[in-house]
Amino acid sequence: MSEMKLYEVFIRAKSGLNHRHVGSLHASDPQMALLNARDVYTRRKEGVSIWVVEAEQITASNPAQEHEWFDPAEDKVYRHPTFYPLDKEVENM
Amino acid sequence: MYSQGLKDAEGQLEPAELMAEFQARIDREEKIEPRDWMPEAYRKTLIRQMSQHAHSEIVGQLPEGNWITRAPSLKRKMILLAKVQDEAGHGLYIYSATETLGVTRDQLTDELLTGKAKYSSIFNYPTPSWADIGAVGWLVDGAAIMNQVPLCRSSYGPYARSMIRICKEESFHQRQGYEIMTVLARGTAAQKDMAQRALNRFWWPALMMFGPSDKDSKHSEQSMKWKIKRFTNDELRQKFIDATVPQAEHLGLTIPDPELRWNEETGQYDHGEINWQEFIDVIKGNGPCNKERLQARINAHEEGEWVREAAEVYQQKQNQEEAA
Amino acid sequence: MNQDLYQFALRLADTSLTMGQRLAEWCGHGPYLEEDVALTNVSLDLIGHAQMFYQLACDNSETSTSPDDLAFLRDVPEYRNPLITELPRGDFAYTTLKQYFIDVYHLHLYQQLSVSSDEQLAALAQKALMEVKYHLSRSEAWCQRLSLSTEEAHEKMQKALDDLWFYTPELFETDESMQRLMTASVIPDMGAIQTVWQQQTEQLLEDCQLAKPENGWMATGGLVGEHTEHLGYMLADMQFLQRAYPGCEW
Repeated sequence: MSEMKLYEVFIRAKSGLNHRHVGSLHASDPQMALLNARDVYTRRKEGVSIWVVEAEQITASNPAQEHEWFDPAEDKVYRHPTFYPLDKEVENM
Repeated sequence: MYSQGLKDAEGQLEPAELMAEFQARIDREEKIEPRDWMPEAYRKTLIRQMSQHAHSEIVGQLPEGNWITRAPSLKRKMILLAKVQDEAGHGLYIYSATETLGVTRDQLTDELLTGKAKYSSIFNYPTPSWADIGAVGWLVDGAAIMNQVPLCRSSYGPYARSMIRICKEESFHQRQGYEIMTVLARGTAAQKDMAQRALNRFWWPALMMFGPSDKDSKHSEQSMKWKIKRFTNDELRQKFIDATVPQAEHLGLTIPDPELRWNEETGQYDHGEINWQEFIDVIKGNGPCNKERLQARINAHEEGEWVREAAEVYQQKQNQEEAA
Repeated sequence: MNQDLYQFALRLADTSLTMGQRLAEWCGHGPYLEEDVALTNVSLDLIGHAQMFYQLACDNSETSTSPDDLAFLRDVPEYRNPLITELPRGDFAYTTLKQYFIDVYHLHLYQQLSVSSDEQLAALAQKALMEVKYHLSRSEAWCQRLSLSTEEAHEKMQKALDDLWFYTPELFETDESMQRLMTASVIPDMGAIQTVWQQQTEQLLEDCQLAKPENGWMATGGLVGEHTEHLGYMLADMQFLQRAYPGCEW
């Protein structure tokens, strides 16, 4: 018998917040994954909404490429408001 | 492109640059994540430690589960159910975290059920009285918390995150145990006797939970360097004793160690020698309940086989219907 | 003080407690970890309902008593649950089908009780109803999975149905005390509940390709305290500490 599929579980803690990854579990199908996620991950009122995603279905960036992918954003200071000096008298900006 | 290889603790040949960079990341308190490069020995050590931890949570359901149907009030029944349920949840969280290292739940379960993997030997002791439920919560969960709090800062991200969740949930476990002991210690003579006997049974096994003495612990040094472990076995054990002795005094119960006394100089309690032969025996499978505990897990697994299979076959049939 | 309401509250509480107690036996022994956690959640809900309804019984009792006294100090003849809930845990198919039957029963019963003329009862039923809806989505999902999958699982479900079916009519039995409550609109017409219960469960059995058994011994007796042999053992286990050490705090 093969192993039940791995599902990743995402929970919205309260309305207004993003769903956040909280862990994973094994289930035979999406409905069971959802039911079990409710029992495993929200026993203390941790959420108001659950997403489950088959772990296999997630496409992830490669950690070996972390630097080439993400470091270039570091020196693009002109994307941040603090890059632009303003005269003290200018308000509401 | 790598210069000469370096052998790590397990004799595995690892590239020196990667090893150095890896150690540097750990020294900078960076977390290691599942798909990051890691030395094979780091991965193996983690799998061993995490799976033992998960197995302990799973087997740990049994000694307390033993009293769920007999809990003396509705409130106690619900508290105990919720606690034992948490243990199952914690086993699940840690199994999930372990799976990120490239092993499957099936492999881990198989290792437990075939006796290949170890779990905390404390769960091979019996819980013959209700007071043992108090003692387990107070001492066993107390010791577990000492062990686990530093693990929230473990260098491996998924382990650290699961421990944060677990520590948050477990914060009521020790208190409910101590509360049971408090009620018994203030109850009738028979109840107090029940509490004292439970303390006698669980004191030494609880001390053994921290593992062998530092001088005999073969994995400690490398694990400390990799920040998989944060304190040594003896440091944690001493911390536990210092915290627990006054709690026992508060209950008016006697810790079963005639050599236990406060040491003004060190600011710690001195204690008697642990019976390490018993520790080794129980780990090797010769504790009072080893066979029984493992058999209970084997039965649950075997009796559940058709259920797991049915769930999977149902899904396959649904998929076929959809495709047709 | 309302002796009729006291008796009915006991009927509700004893039903939930015996269900919860049996489910608790699965804790640590479930078919896989995720289900272990889930089964325990249902058990916890049911024991919570029992405590709530025992409190209602206490509030309507002529003598001073507590939920724990009612749970731990009454013997078999005083228990008022239908026999089905005290039956042994059985295998996962048996547990699942029994749970499903009780979930559908609770769903319709609590729906009606939540508009009871007794405000306290209505509020409690409403609270329980929320949790029961979730229980039902679980037990229904499992009935489908076990019935429409492997031959082995289907056989186990059929066997469970053969064993359990004739325990179900007892759920809707009434006595004079309940009839007085029905007249006063405190509780709904149990006959009407039975009709919707039958429609719903028979539809599921059909969807699950399970065959209703033709005839068998028809269970009855819970309302007058005539129980199976199993309840005595359950109480011996559950009440042990309270009986062995009378009058203690725990």
